Amino acid sequence: MQGGPENATTTDERHSSRVAFEVNGATREVRLDNRTTLLDTLREHLGLTGAKKGCDHGQCGSCTVLLDGRRVKSCLVFAVTLDGRSVVTVEGLAGPDELSPLQAAFIAHDAFQCGYCTPGQLCSARGMLDEVARGWPSAVTDDLSAPAELTDAEIRERMAGNLCRCAAYPHIVAAVRETAATR
Amino acid sequence: MSTGAVGRAYPRLEGREKVTGTARYAVEYPVDGVTYGWAVPSAVVRGRITRVDTAEALASPGVLAVLHHGNAPRLAPGPQPEVWLLQEPAVHYRGQFVAVVVATSLEAAREGARLVRIDYDTGPHSTVLAADHPGLYRPDKVNPNYPTDTAEGDFDAGYAAAPVRVDATYRTPAYHNNPMEPHATTAHWRDGRLLVHDSTQGASLVRATLAELFEVPPESVRVIAEHVGGGFGSKGYAKASVVLAALAARHVDRPVRLALTRQQLFGPVGYRTPIIQRVRLAADADGRLTAICHDAISQTSTIREFAEQTAVYTRSMYAAPHRRTTHRLVRLDVPTPFWMRAPGECPGAYALESAMDELATAVGIDPVELRIRNDAQVDPDQGRPFTSRNLVACLRDGAQRFGWADRDPTPRARRDGRWLIGTGVAGSSYPARARPSSATATARPDGSFLVRINATDIGTGARTAMWQVAADALGVPPERVEIRIGDSDLPTAAVAGGSMGTASWSWAVIRAGQALREKLRDLPGDEPSGEVTVEVSTDDEVGGQPTLPRYAYGAQFVEVRVDADTGEVRLNRMLGVFAAGRIVNPTTARSQLVGGMTMGLSMALHEEGLLDERYGDWVNHDLATYHITVCPDVESIEAYWLDEQDDELNPAGVKGIGEIGIVGAAAAVANAVHHATGVRIRELPIRVDKLVGLSALA
Repeated sequence: MQGGPENATTTDERHSSRVAFEVNGATREVRLDNRTTLLDTLREHLGLTGAKKGCDHGQCGSCTVLLDGRRVKSCLVFAVTLDGRSVVTVEGLAGPDELSPLQAAFIAHDAFQCGYCTPGQLCSARGMLDEVARGWPSAVTDDLSAPAELTDAEIRERMAGNLCRCAAYPHIVAAVRETAATR
Repeated sequence: MSTGAVGRAYPRLEGREKVTGTARYAVEYPVDGVTYGWAVPSAVVRGRITRVDTAEALASPGVLAVLHHGNAPRLAPGPQPEVWLLQEPAVHYRGQFVAVVVATSLEAAREGARLVRIDYDTGPHSTVLAADHPGLYRPDKVNPNYPTDTAEGDFDAGYAAAPVRVDATYRTPAYHNNPMEPHATTAHWRDGRLLVHDSTQGASLVRATLAELFEVPPESVRVIAEHVGGGFGSKGYAKASVVLAALAARHVDRPVRLALTRQQLFGPVGYRTPIIQRVRLAADADGRLTAICHDAISQTSTIREFAEQTAVYTRSMYAAPHRRTTHRLVRLDVPTPFWMRAPGECPGAYALESAMDELATAVGIDPVELRIRNDAQVDPDQGRPFTSRNLVACLRDGAQRFGWADRDPTPRARRDGRWLIGTGVAGSSYPARARPSSATATARPDGSFLVRINATDIGTGARTAMWQVAADALGVPPERVEIRIGDSDLPTAAVAGGSMGTASWSWAVIRAGQALREKLRDLPGDEPSGEVTVEVSTDDEVGGQPTLPRYAYGAQFVEVRVDADTGEVRLNRMLGVFAAGRIVNPTTARSQLVGGMTMGLSMALHEEGLLDERYGDWVNHDLATYHITVCPDVESIEAYWLDEQDDELNPAGVKGIGEIGIVGAAAAVANAVHHATGVRIRELPIRVDKLVGLSALA
């Protein structure tokens, strides 16, 4: 019955499920209320508060994490659907000793102010760079048959789902551009 | 004397925490036995609760309690009726919080909130601002303490006699602050003491409010706000989340986490009032202003008066012999409007700087030159010289950087395929203020120093800036200094608002550093054996500062392209030059200025609270339907500043930069749209529906 260290105390047996999935490389097994989102699982049950709740409706991007390598808004994913799958959050982006190049670039370019959207921006950017590497086009890609080229317009378009009210946008684009160039 | 940390581009001290997800915000602290609060908004606009049926909610698994006016702990009435919550059956606006459900999980709390049944007796309501609203009245003062109306000379006569006149009315909708982190709180009562982690711009102020409401000594309340996910004014006072969480925690005698939902941020925590502004300008044939009148109409609630100081900007910006400004208000059945980034100056500058552009067109003078021609070195309002005023220098430097010189003033003269290209300019100004604060400085035996002050870093870079200031004040390299902020147990300090955080806090930090150095110098022996601490307050010094016109200035330049067929407006580039005294940290300063400019762009093109009178509330109350500027909207925004030394400000010589970036920005965009299209949109936002069919206008 008991899941993670902060598991809710009164999970109704009939409306809960046991689910096991990987988070940042470690297998986590928890019993969860079937209504629990991935975001709330991370924040309230696994002690991983890096992913942020900005709107809980998939409208702001602050909760973006990587699910099997693809970026998702974790507030729109029910945790019970995740058995056997793999999640990477902002806490899993850095290496054991040092920041990832993307994280270091965010600091160097001052790509955040309040920092609340930042975990989502970072996970989104990580997922986005992989999408580009796979040749996936965006809404502003002119030639769908050619390899995707990561222009500033492409970065901006591909990061459109991550709101930043402090408006660090130009610095986010600079950080992503630099990271992409050195990949 | 100075080691020169101030002025250097240090990265944010908490940068690593923020990019690794380890920076903790208000509802992210591990708490044993935590419960979850969910606020229940009223479903009617104006009325009275006749019955609260909690049976079904309480029967729902995990629900521990439902608090409402009938059973919530009592609060002492205070000056902020918005947070005197769950105390009376009266409902003053739709969305007013009328109950809180507490449960053992978020899911249970949300479900419980859905199951609370509340019956109301309702009355008729009025929620739409109109220039002819029968309830218009003249407030006694405007925010925070300015005279309601001013007049000098004879505006009517001066206006009538002038050869060139502009008379235009500008309308702006409600704007919603929408920091990315919702207002959120973890509250816990222990042995009569209240501990809260709150998302606030001023923990000292929140502590005072909670002590007042719950009638406990301030020492019994501790408010921690180490990391705050933005505020933009909306977290400038104690708001509903902290009061509801504290009420709930007291009721269930367990820790409570309560975050407002995004939908709940559109009203109950404040917003920028819709405003109707009429600006009349008169000038001679050379464009020299002879008469200026700015009349502003805005709304407040029925429970408290908040009067946006919209026309105050016009009192000191440009000179003319005949001047008049007025503010009128209507009390509506709406939430109380509150601070949103540059209250007063932001909307006021939109109107005045738009009207200046209309005047430039009317008189046939370049809009940069028109502003230079009407510059004032003596404050038209106070009649005293400005401590420093570099508006003209900002305009000239900006014009040069932007490439303004060869601009063809003819509207709709530049075209690139289907895009009409236009450029616009606006002036910008914001008062440079300071408030009393206190700080301590400690010398440790190992040669390091600790500086403590309850400043708040809502994303501004305050922690880093104060660390730099402290190092210079102590005369040591910053690596030897530790700075601690964001906790009401630290020395009391001013709120992070009004662009006065850095001025207020650095004043106390510098005085603390100086006092500690003096004390260390006077100590017998070479090295102190234990810690040496001094505490200072700037109450007397700040309070005794002479009243002088102190302002930061700026010039905003914008180039837009407008699709001739669809009317879509896109920003090509935006460039601002500011004169804001000394800049403590160029990295964080640039981010703040760019952020303010972007919010001004957002105001010009995207943001609009759409209120439905039948419903009595904003219907687009989420981030899918209330649009803010997003990454693809910002192709190029650059901020620069001039070196400026002003010895009549504060010891650090800073003017504040949190708000000036938004001032004038929307006008510069609107002026550029006019230049591109020949169409003057006087009602924001400038969206396709107002420009569609442009090609038919040719």
